[in-house]
Amino acid sequence: MKKTLNLGDLKKGMRARITAVNAATEEMTRSFLEIGILEGSPVRVVHQAPLGGDPIAVEVRGALIALRRQEAAGIDVELEGPAT
Amino acid sequence: MSTSDAPKMIALAGLPNCGKTSLFNALTGSRQKVANYPGVTVERKEGAIALPDGRTLRVLDLPGTYSLDARTPDEAITRDVLLGKVQGEEPPIALVAVADATNLERNLGLVLELRDLNVPLVLALNMMDLARKRGLELDLERLSSELGIPVVPTVAVKNLGLSELLSAVDRALGATPAAAPRTEWKRSDFALVRARFSEVDRILKASTKKSGTPELWTERLDRVFLHPVLGFIVLAAVLAFMFQAIFSWASIPQGWIEQGVGAFGAWVGSLLADGPLKSLLVDGAIAGVGSVLVFLPQILILFSFILVLEDSGYLARAAFIMDRVMGGVGLHGRAFIPLLSSFACAIPGILSTRTIANPRDRLATILVAPLTTCSARLPVYTLLVGAFIPDRPFFGPFRMQGAVLFGLYLAGTIAPLTMAWLFRRTILRGPKPPLLMELPTYKVPSVRGVVLGLLERAKIFLRRAGTVILSLSVLVWFLSSYPAPPATAPSPVDGGVPAIHYSYAGKLGHAVEPLLKPLGFDWRVGIALIPGFAAREVMVSALGTVYALEGDEAQVEKALGERLAVSWSLATALSLIVWYIFAPQCLSTLAVVRRETNTWKWPLFLLGYMTALAYVASFATFHIVGWIWGSA
Repeated sequence: MKKTLNLGDLKKGMRARITAVNAATEEMTRSFLEIGILEGSPVRVVHQAPLGGDPIAVEVRGALIALRRQEAAGIDVELEGPAT
Repeated sequence: MSTSDAPKMIALAGLPNCGKTSLFNALTGSRQKVANYPGVTVERKEGAIALPDGRTLRVLDLPGTYSLDARTPDEAITRDVLLGKVQGEEPPIALVAVADATNLERNLGLVLELRDLNVPLVLALNMMDLARKRGLELDLERLSSELGIPVVPTVAVKNLGLSELLSAVDRALGATPAAAPRTEWKRSDFALVRARFSEVDRILKASTKKSGTPELWTERLDRVFLHPVLGFIVLAAVLAFMFQAIFSWASIPQGWIEQGVGAFGAWVGSLLADGPLKSLLVDGAIAGVGSVLVFLPQILILFSFILVLEDSGYLARAAFIMDRVMGGVGLHGRAFIPLLSSFACAIPGILSTRTIANPRDRLATILVAPLTTCSARLPVYTLLVGAFIPDRPFFGPFRMQGAVLFGLYLAGTIAPLTMAWLFRRTILRGPKPPLLMELPTYKVPSVRGVVLGLLERAKIFLRRAGTVILSLSVLVWFLSSYPAPPATAPSPVDGGVPAIHYSYAGKLGHAVEPLLKPLGFDWRVGIALIPGFAAREVMVSALGTVYALEGDEAQVEKALGERLAVSWSLATALSLIVWYIFAPQCLSTLAVVRRETNTWKWPLFLLGYMTALAYVASFATFHIVGWIWGSA
């Protein structure tokens, strides 16, 4: 069964596909899109920073992008495949 | 900047980390000019290349950008140069789009934007060797026809594909343009941004014969470097090693420079009769410049660390690990890189805040960057630590002097973070700035890139030594030598005061002494602090000059540090060290802050708050140390 979540909820190792990008501000949405975080792209949470697992580093469109969970909450995803 | 008969210019454009600067270095070698764009402090790098037919072209290395829908001042410059909107800058007659061949799905979007500018365009698929090694097979002809532009594979770090690239540029210049070059750029709406990525996916699907496998080393290395515990240990070890290296490796070349300057001074002195000219050259110019020149090795070691860390991709990881700390005090995640660069010099640090889009987040970083321990403080620290801290083992392989220096750097790290926290809660309130940063794949730093970077730094430092520091040294010499003591004054040998007491500098130093007395500084330090406001390291050369003029012959033979060790108390030395942690003694920094913030308000604020901090901290240090160790 697939669940709808946001990127900020994901734990290290989880894979998902982006379903919607709705950041808090228009500038933030623009910067997400420009860096390749957009609908349809698969993402994987590759790393979590020390001290509370925030920020996270996600792999998207062949690059590793660092962002905080707070901002990642503006990116809706659906889980894909098992957590590794 | 350019005239109509000057060679025409082409420009390199690409994403950050696409290898654009490596390609620029490979094309132009050391024939580079680094300056700023008029009116802004965005770095402008220009070089020259020869086309196959012998014609010369100028090449511009534009700041890296994700899109022409610029979001930062850096990106805006790239867009404006391409549209011909930068004053004094002719629009380029052709463009080379540089793309990282290992990651085309991310790089081709910008190429599509550049294509819309209607300027002759060639795509350089850089790092093609890595892409092939990972199994990528591209149909280059198909890619070229899909994009409608020539495509040339290159490997900049190995100088491969360069002549093919230049031939392609030459051919593109010969073709008749389909339309006039664009002079306006309308920001794409979100639908267009999405459509551009779909178009990239379509083009890549059509022209990829076999996909490459993802790069494995970056993730393997990151398992250590970004590990919750190991990551911190590695970062601390890297920084500790860096500061240890600055102190211990540099001492050998420093010894050579010291001896060289001493021998040169003695040789010049032996040629001249005693008198004002000899004093001017030996005590003024040579002693002054020499005492600063000695720090060139340390500055180069520091910069080579920063260049290597940045080039390898580690610096972005450090920013990732440190984000909790940065975000915790209200700084932008990207602020780590400006702050780390500020350890070399606050000016490049402040310039690199241009990657922060929000003006308030950027201002917070600019206001605290000058508190980090820049390399101009090193001469002061080295002199005083070397003179007052015993050189004995401290812990394991670390020695006392290195440990104190590490402590000073620690203070230069805590101070900006604390002030940032304070500013974000008072004058610069606002939402916590976001973090969005690419962590580039690791690569072996290019020797050429590091060497060119170091040459540039050495040039800037030596130019300063030859101009600002030389003239200030001569000025300090003049002020310290004239007016000469009256003929009736007893000489120091007969119990009189040294000649410098009668000079302008002596008077000036005595005039400010009441202000500085509570900090433990006497009039000699006062003399040195005044020109030190122009540039911190001048303080050392000024002290050198003052003590050279004051000392008797036996003392002149001794190094400045040894002389200070006998004439200053520990409390005075520590108080001066602490003064230099906080004091805003650098006119160039204030000028850059003025230019970056476009108002005098912020540089004056900076001057005020840093001076106040320095005064209070020095006062406290002098009295606490004096109380513990017994007063001077």
